[in-house]
Amino acid sequence: MNLTAIRAIYVFEMSRTFRTLVQSVVSPVLSTSLYFVVFGAAIGSRIETVEGVSYGAFIVPGLIMLSVLVQSVSNASFGIYFPKFIGTIYELLSAPASFVEITAGYVLAAATKSLMIGLVILGTAYVFVDITILHPVWMLTFLVTTCLSFSLLGFIIGIWAGNFEQLQLVPLLIVTPLVFLGGSFYSITMLPPVWQTITLFNPVVYLVSGFRWSFFGTSDVSIGYSIGAIALFTIVCLLIIGWIFKTGYRLRK
Amino acid sequence: MADIVTVRDLRKSYPDGFQALNSVNLSIREGEILALLGANGAGKTTLISAICGIVNATSGTITVGGHDVITGYRAARRLIGLVPQEINLEPFEKVINTVRFSRGLFGFQRNEAHIEKVLRDLSLWDKKNSRINELSGGMKRRVLIAKALSHEPRVLFLDEPSAGVDVELRKDMWRVVERLRQDGVTIILTTHYIEEAEAIADRIAVIAKGEILLVEEKAALLQRLGKKQMVIHLQTPVRDIPMELERYNLDIGPDGSLIYYYDTRGKRTGITMLLSDLAAAGLTLRDVQTRQSSLEDIFVDLVQKDA
Ligand SMILES: Nc1ncnc2c1ncn2[C@@H]1O[C@H](COP(=O)(O)OP(=O)(O)O)[C@@H](O)[C@H]1O
Ligand SMILES: [Mg+2]
Repeated sequence: MNLTAIRAIYVFEMSRTFRTLVQSVVSPVLSTSLYFVVFGAAIGSRIETVEGVSYGAFIVPGLIMLSVLVQSVSNASFGIYFPKFIGTIYELLSAPASFVEITAGYVLAAATKSLMIGLVILGTAYVFVDITILHPVWMLTFLVTTCLSFSLLGFIIGIWAGNFEQLQLVPLLIVTPLVFLGGSFYSITMLPPVWQTITLFNPVVYLVSGFRWSFFGTSDVSIGYSIGAIALFTIVCLLIIGWIFKTGYRLRK
Repeated sequence: MADIVTVRDLRKSYPDGFQALNSVNLSIREGEILALLGANGAGKTTLISAICGIVNATSGTITVGGHDVITGYRAARRLIGLVPQEINLEPFEKVINTVRFSRGLFGFQRNEAHIEKVLRDLSLWDKKNSRINELSGGMKRRVLIAKALSHEPRVLFLDEPSAGVDVELRKDMWRVVERLRQDGVTIILTTHYIEEAEAIADRIAVIAKGEILLVEEKAALLQRLGKKQMVIHLQTPVRDIPMELERYNLDIGPDGSLIYYYDTRGKRTGITMLLSDLAAAGLTLRDVQTRQSSLEDIFVDLVQKDA
């Protein structure tokens, strides 16, 4: 195992993150604050409670998930797309590093950045609403696993993308709708029965539900399913990445 | 000396069907400087890329330091440093960080003393904290070289190192190359400048249209270079070399002229003797031309013969 290579990639990528730290952190903090003002204060004042939790607090896990998912995908996809775009990929391809090591370096760095952002949003939320986290260890576990698995997805998208449009299209057209429709801002029990069933095919439902359970102890789907779904999702991403490096898909001419 | 790189029957077809390499065989000796000479599009970059793992070969085998570059890629690639033809660098990062990154990526522990030495050798130490996009083109090329040297390669590939490079950098570069050679590093450089191959290589390989046409000691090529040809046009063209002239190793030209090779650096050229023997054989001269064969001629000859 070339741990040195993983560390080198991680350090290099984190250096990019810290170069752009202000814009990385300011924009999610700002948009989260806006969500709280709009949903929490304005609309939330008309909604009593959801499953015994005030609406302002109820949307906190969903808001964190929304940012973390979008950030993970875009950080990781950009992280590997950029070397392809500027040509520095030659060095990765000619290095004595396996796909596991290269992926680990990029994915860990992308996941670290989105984890930082997730925690910053959680901190911001404390400013607006009272939250108590019932299962802090599970909360962190869900958060970290989500960062990692969606960074894996982002990594795949970054390798697949042939231009900047494609790079931005997937997060825009797939990830954002899945998150909004995944119960970030409502309990899926509020939906008509047909939609409840359809929603169960949305992987984000399991994430948000599990994550919310770690906060409030209530969930839309059972916690076991949440863990299973995220594990399955991670494994599928890993298999795809393994295949990409084996065949050189979109990497090696 | 042992071969450090071997290429056996290497073929490469790009996805669009273009065959860039056609059955390439090449053995590179440990510690030598090999110049891979060929026109644009001859397949130099493709060959290097296949050795370094950037393109997948269609068929054939490559070993570096005895390790197959596919099954033993870790061991093979740890020996290799590559300076690519294009200037591919992360624009927003500091010089020293990109060089450290390369070392780490190749699995070498941090060694700031080595990084400093490499940067100083390439006159980059003053610029170590500059961002790449603040550097001139020549400086960027220095950074590419520093990245490759950061992980102490035993085999260094320089792809068109002097394309668009100023005199200053060229001097620095050849000084670094000379020092690497003294440390026993094998160096392969591609170029389409014949003078460059001539100036620094031990051996020269000529590649055209994806095929290696020749691999030869530079000294042997220069020997040919030191020779002159005298073309003797006769009143009556001949088909065979007359008995009397056998000892001159003459060739017969396409138009029935005689071609004599001689060494201008020798004590005697033998021309006076030849001319008197020609007269003795009853041949009448119409015209005489002499010309120096150059590496350029040899090269052009080879490439055209192939066309
Ligand atoms: N990715 C590619 N797809 C198709 N053809 C390519 C590709 N890369 C190079 N070629 C072709 O292969 C030939 C050899 O290219 P290259 O190895 O770059 O030559 P050189 O380095 O000697 O100039 C050229 O004709 C070039 O057009
Ligand atoms: Mg080239």
